[in-house]
Amino acid sequence: MNYEAVIGLEIHCELKTKTKIFCGCATGFGAEQNTHVCPVCLGLPGVLPTINKRVVEFAIKAGLATNCKINQYSKFDRKNYYYPDLPKNWQTSQYDLPICVNGWVDIDVDGEKKRIRLTRIHMEEDAGKLVHSGTTIKDSLSSDVDYNRTGVPLLEIVSEPDMRSAAEARAYMEKIKAIMEYIDVSNCRMEEGNLRADINVSLRPEGSETLGTRTEMKNINSFKNLEDAINYEIERQTEVLEDGGHVVQETRTFDPARGITLSMRSKENAHDYRYMPEPDLPPIITSDETIEKYRQELPELPDARRARLEKEYGLSDYDAGIITSSRAMAEYFDAVVGTGADPKLAANWIMGDLAKNLNEENLDIAQSPVSAERLGKMIGLIMKDTISGKIAKKVFKEMWTSPDDPEKIVKEKGLVQITDTSAIEPAVDAAIASNPKAVAEYKGGKKKALGALVGQVMKATRGKANPQMVNQLLAQKLAE
Amino acid sequence: MRYFDQPAHVLHDMLKQKEISAVELTQDVLKRIDEVEGSVGAYLTLTKEAALEQAGKVDEKLAKGEEIPFLAGIPGAIKDNICTKGIKTTCASKILEHFIPPYDATVMTKLKAESPVLLGKTNLDEFAMGGSTENSAYHVTRNPWNTDDVPGGSSGGSAAAVAAGTAIWALGSDTGGSIRQPASFCGVVGLKPTYGRVSRYGLVAYASSLDQIGPLTRDVADAAHLLNVISGHDDMDATSSATVVPDFTASLREDVKGLKIGLPKEYFTKGMDPEVERAVRAAIETYRSLGAEVIEISLPHTEYAISTYYLIAPAEAATNLQRYDGVSYGERVEGSDLVEMMTNTRTEKFGEEVKRRIMIGNYALSAGYYDAYYLKALKVRTLIQQDYTEAFSRVDVIMCPTAPTTAYPIGSMISDPLQMYLQDICTVPLNLAGLPGISIPCGRSSQGMPIGLQIIGKALDEETILRAAYTYEQSQDYHKEMAPLGGKH
Repeated sequence: MNYEAVIGLEIHCELKTKTKIFCGCATGFGAEQNTHVCPVCLGLPGVLPTINKRVVEFAIKAGLATNCKINQYSKFDRKNYYYPDLPKNWQTSQYDLPICVNGWVDIDVDGEKKRIRLTRIHMEEDAGKLVHSGTTIKDSLSSDVDYNRTGVPLLEIVSEPDMRSAAEARAYMEKIKAIMEYIDVSNCRMEEGNLRADINVSLRPEGSETLGTRTEMKNINSFKNLEDAINYEIERQTEVLEDGGHVVQETRTFDPARGITLSMRSKENAHDYRYMPEPDLPPIITSDETIEKYRQELPELPDARRARLEKEYGLSDYDAGIITSSRAMAEYFDAVVGTGADPKLAANWIMGDLAKNLNEENLDIAQSPVSAERLGKMIGLIMKDTISGKIAKKVFKEMWTSPDDPEKIVKEKGLVQITDTSAIEPAVDAAIASNPKAVAEYKGGKKKALGALVGQVMKATRGKANPQMVNQLLAQKLAE
Repeated sequence: MRYFDQPAHVLHDMLKQKEISAVELTQDVLKRIDEVEGSVGAYLTLTKEAALEQAGKVDEKLAKGEEIPFLAGIPGAIKDNICTKGIKTTCASKILEHFIPPYDATVMTKLKAESPVLLGKTNLDEFAMGGSTENSAYHVTRNPWNTDDVPGGSSGGSAAAVAAGTAIWALGSDTGGSIRQPASFCGVVGLKPTYGRVSRYGLVAYASSLDQIGPLTRDVADAAHLLNVISGHDDMDATSSATVVPDFTASLREDVKGLKIGLPKEYFTKGMDPEVERAVRAAIETYRSLGAEVIEISLPHTEYAISTYYLIAPAEAATNLQRYDGVSYGERVEGSDLVEMMTNTRTEKFGEEVKRRIMIGNYALSAGYYDAYYLKALKVRTLIQQDYTEAFSRVDVIMCPTAPTTAYPIGSMISDPLQMYLQDICTVPLNLAGLPGISIPCGRSSQGMPIGLQIIGKALDEETILRAAYTYEQSQDYHKEMAPLGGKH
């Protein structure tokens, strides 16, 4: 039997507010243990939470950017469970009246568009972190608790089970990441845990409408792990079903080193969270005016920007999709084009040499040693025929390690394209003279033979001759 | 002359007139503590040295001819569930036996701005759960009017201290009657402000949607003065009211002409001590004779108030008390692993009544029971609130007994929690509705035990209940009598 995978994601997105959700403590990452704490986030006797209004603003903006309905009457609830990183032993979260509901985003997989529905977005506080004395909890004699992260604001973005493959799940998470970056509510640094996903996967016979039993994998924090975990789980569940077994509803953990998922706890041991309305926080009432104001403040979002790049600059749908997949890249692109650079050339350079170099050195585009301005200038040199595309690759390589302007590099390294006919002619003559075989072939009607001659000329001029002019001159001389 | 039996407003004038010094006054109260605290047991912690130091500072100001605020130099006490920076705050629980808060409750910050003399922290039922102060993990507090009897609770220590003259004023907290009922049992004035009038920041939570801090004082004037000090919006408490705080002492005038008093028939029913009913009805007759109009009203959902309260309060308490797990503060009882450590800590360090309420609360919130218990209780709470809204469209205040009986002997009810819960019938509905209420002395039983009259007001209308209370107080002398501190009559 053929099975269809049904996948839903709960994405936790850490908001980039300066202070925590219910107190005035700083949110920064990497501080000394237990330095970003106060009586409120430590849950001391007698303390009360007060809502950070920025968190509500960010949540509403996230909802608007994902086509959600904003609940104008929303409230917080206590989600009760005992864990030492949770000082009150409840997480202040939202249960039945989340701030945003019923949204959607569009994704693209292999050129096919698909709409993924969002069930809800709610606000909640993050927990602290256990610091074990050993390498794992099992070989530790004791554990310390670092409460710096306690109370850092989170959005939980819950999708409907609308995805059917690991690739779709990845595209969806990438889209959510892009949107959160565009609206500037999160740093979205997955390696720092700013963005992490719980994945639900179930299988059903192709064509069936009923949902199968699902398993959940928690805290997936890279796109690779997301795909690997889903693919493994699809395979595992397929085997279970094909062997006539039943999938057990359970939480599984993904082991990235081995690329497999392992059982963590079954439904029988699931928590009863005993949700209760948070009596210390009044309901959040949001007016039409506030929602409208936040809507006005939203920047151009990925989909709109992509459409604009296609329309204004004639970029292909694919290229525009890649360029707009992150706000930083889209802004870099705009800055390059802003220098007068040709948009298609700009897109090619960004997706080509720039992306390759960034990848190799594991850098964000914001950290690129080649600024948008310098890349723009370099493309300008190509457009003015000062350098050829091929030479530009050398120039770009130089720029990667040198702070100099491309013009200076081109001059100092003697890379200026030769556009003077009299300077190219001797090399053309030499090439014709020393390649009688190619000349004969060409004259015999094999037009492709010209390529070999062009290559010779380029080699002789160390790549600096203008290729079009070389072609032209060769054709001219051979026709004589 | 002795000073410990005087109200704060009299002592304030004496300090200003330099008839006494703050140190003399403090020494007088400390001497009283030395004499009677052994038989009353109102305090869990005494801060005598700090008290004398604070008094000395006020005297320095007076010597320089500086103006002093109302509470300056006047010795008072704080219920031990209000966080005091640097001073142990135990909630009368073993689980916080050595807990010293690193911060002050907002009411403490407000009080300290007045330079009062702080004598110490008073006893209570553990985490304010109870109505007799017998649930304290440390010791019982005795009623100064009869030391065989309970002082009421949970603010029993604060009420007993004021009644015994071991504090001139005190702060308590009221979740279901915990200020008013001990005030009634101990013959003092106890005011529960409107929910949100006083910041709860730093009040160790029992039931967050019901808790409110308020004063226990010798007379109504002191209650008005203290309310002035502690009221007001607080950025640290999202549930505190932004409403402007009036000067409550402006309500201290004799004027009940045309005041419409509602008498809820549901509050005068079975189980009420006839002596209590007689005294309360007599007080109402006094109001009538002073020009008030008395109207019988109905609060039809009153009979559900106790069950509603004993679902909502334990549910909130169950979550509020989850933080006492032995992890980062408070007491810890070790175990072989984390779960065992938490379990041992809570099993050994919480008292029986606290554990009972945690279990009730968790049951009411658990999957499958939430709708039948907790959600239904929230709905009934709304109905009870509507009862009051309806009644207050016809009357200005509502009057009834504070408690159905006078103080009872220590140990006589502790084994019957249900009977104990029923004692809260007259006080609990106000907390559910968030309304202000005051208890003032209105008589003595044949055994000589104090009886309290409760006056309930509209939300944020403490002014009217203070005016009504003050007017009645001027007509009699109950508030001027000191407790005899004897055993059984």
